[in-house]
This record gives sequence, structure tokens and C-alpha cells, in this order.
Amino acid sequence: MENIKQKKMSVILTNLDKIFNWARSNSLWPLTFGTSCCAIEMMMATGSAHYDIARFGAEVVRVSPRQADVLIVAGTIVKRMVKPLKMLFDQMMEPKYVIATGACTISGGPFIYNSYTTIRGVDKVIPVDVYVPGCPPRPEALFWGILVLQKMIKQNLLFSTKKIKPVLAALPEGINIKDIHKEMIHILNSKRYV
Amino acid sequence: MNIKEYIIKEYAPYLESTQEDKLNKINIKKTNMVTFMQHMNTDKALVFDILLDHTAIDHVDNNNMEVIYYLYSTKYNHNLMLSIMLPRTNPKVHTVSNIWAISEWLEREVYDFFGILYINHKDLRRIFLEDDWIGFPLRKDYKDYFMLEK
Repeated sequence: MENIKQKKMSVILTNLDKIFNWARSNSLWPLTFGTSCCAIEMMMATGSAHYDIARFGAEVVRVSPRQADVLIVAGTIVKRMVKPLKMLFDQMMEPKYVIATGACTISGGPFIYNSYTTIRGVDKVIPVDVYVPGCPPRPEALFWGILVLQKMIKQNLLFSTKKIKPVLAALPEGINIKDIHKEMIHILNSKRYV
Repeated sequence: MNIKEYIIKEYAPYLESTQEDKLNKINIKKTNMVTFMQHMNTDKALVFDILLDHTAIDHVDNNNMEVIYYLYSTKYNHNLMLSIMLPRTNPKVHTVSNIWAISEWLEREVYDFFGILYINHKDLRRIFLEDDWIGFPLRKDYKDYFMLEK
């Protein structure tokens, strides 16, 4: 301490977990895993120059699950896909994070009724950290999901540690679906839609 | 001459007595359908050398099943739809895999989803679903514990 005072150096006090979490959150490497139309949108987000995912340190898409940190489940998961998905998830190194994008992976989406194969929600198979709703979600929504995941990693609020389930597009308090219907009818009647 | 008219004229004993006028589809009899298909492949005026698609339709109300063959000729660039009616309980039809080899897999798919059995098929097992699956899911009256009824 005397030495530092003499040389007028600055010190940051932290603990090891915080440094690790900061480093992990800024280098999320996604796995190349996609099963249907959400995967196309995910490829647009991760692969194209227009939606630059490198801004969030997540541009290194890994082919091997052993090198990947985040599993973006993009697309419908059917009964036969459960086994490979579980195998990929088990092969990933700890700490690992899961983002579920699209209606199908959250709840089964359009296949929720009268389907003999579709899994109603990927969280029945593997633990999910962030849900990104949409059919399919826009790349901006996926980025929002990645930002939420980064925030969660920094605060150490993950499913594997705290068992909490965040939903990205949750309705604000005091607003229910009837209010939204009313608003939509009002907008449609007033011809202000595009 | 139209190919439908030509087939109705030339191959009358193989065909059902009732034919629809509007659709470009020919209803054929279940017996001797393999020889009829052989004729479709080798007839010099037709030469249907590709089986584009093979599928089935489940008519629950009439209690029968319809098997559809969709043929195409690369030589003359014409196509044809053939249909065979089968009973809904224990539907059996001869395989055409000795004429068009692709039908081996198409028939496996139809067996997988509709439960139609093919006589003389080399390797009739499920192609998409698990081997221990019970029932045929594209039949209209299919139900299992996994489905959520609306």
C-alpha cells in the first residue's frame, strides 16, 4: 500500500466473480444451432454486416459446442430434436447460457394445439435464461435479449444460480390484454395505421 | 389427343367405371395396378419415367383411403395423377418400387403417417417417427396423450 501511495497509482477494488462475469458477458460466443425460420433471422443477426452483432462481443459463432457459451434456441423443437439438443447442451462448458427465441421455443407457438410432435416450450427440456418473443423476432429483439443476458450475467442473476425466469416483453403493471385490444380498435377506427 | 382420353380409351379394363370430368385425375382399380403402372412406364406414347410424388388422403366420412400417384414424363413434358381407393380398415396395396425406385421411400413415408401396408415392399419400416411409435398421426381420428385438444 505504501508503495502504491508513493507511485500515485490508482486501485480498483473488486472481487474475482465480478471480473469473471464482466469478461464472460462481453464475449458471448453463440453456438450454430437453428431448426426453422427463427434460425434464418438469427443468421441475419449474427452473420450479416447490417446487424452487427460484434458490437456486443458475440460475433464468434462456434461450430463446436465445447467452445460456445450461449445456446440460441431458434426454431421449433420437435420430439426427435430433443435428444440432439440435450446432447449439445450437455457438451457445452460451464458457465452456459440459453436464449429461447420465437413463439415456438417459448410455448409451442402455432403448434400448441393438435400437434403430435412439437414440444410446448423448450424450458421443459433445458433451463432457459432469456425469452425473446416474436414470430420470428427481429434482430433488434435478439440484440435486446443478448443485452439482457449480459446484464444478468454481470448481476449474477441467472436461472442456474437464482432460479428466476425473466420474460423480455412482459406487460407493464396495471395493463392487461383488454386495454391493448381497446387501443388497437381505436387506432384501426381512426385510420392512423400504416 | 389428350393423355387422359388416350388412357381411358387404351386401358379401359384397368380403370374404375366412374371418372371425374373436371379433375385431371384417373381412378384405377386396385387389382392389376402393378401391370397398369408398368404400362404407364413403358408405353411409347406416355413414357412416365418419374414418380414425382406419392401420398394418401384419409376420407373419414366415406370410411376409405385414397392413394395418389403423381407421374411425370421428361420426354413429353406431361404429367398425370392416378388414384386408388382402399378400405380404411387394413388398407393394402402393391408396391411400385420395382418400376420407380424412389417409391420405396415415399411408400415408407405414407406407411409412417397413414398406415397403408405395401405388399412385396423390401423394407417397410417407419422413416420419420420413432420405431416404437403407436398409431399413424396423419389419420383424421388419431389421438395420443401428447396432443392438446382445442
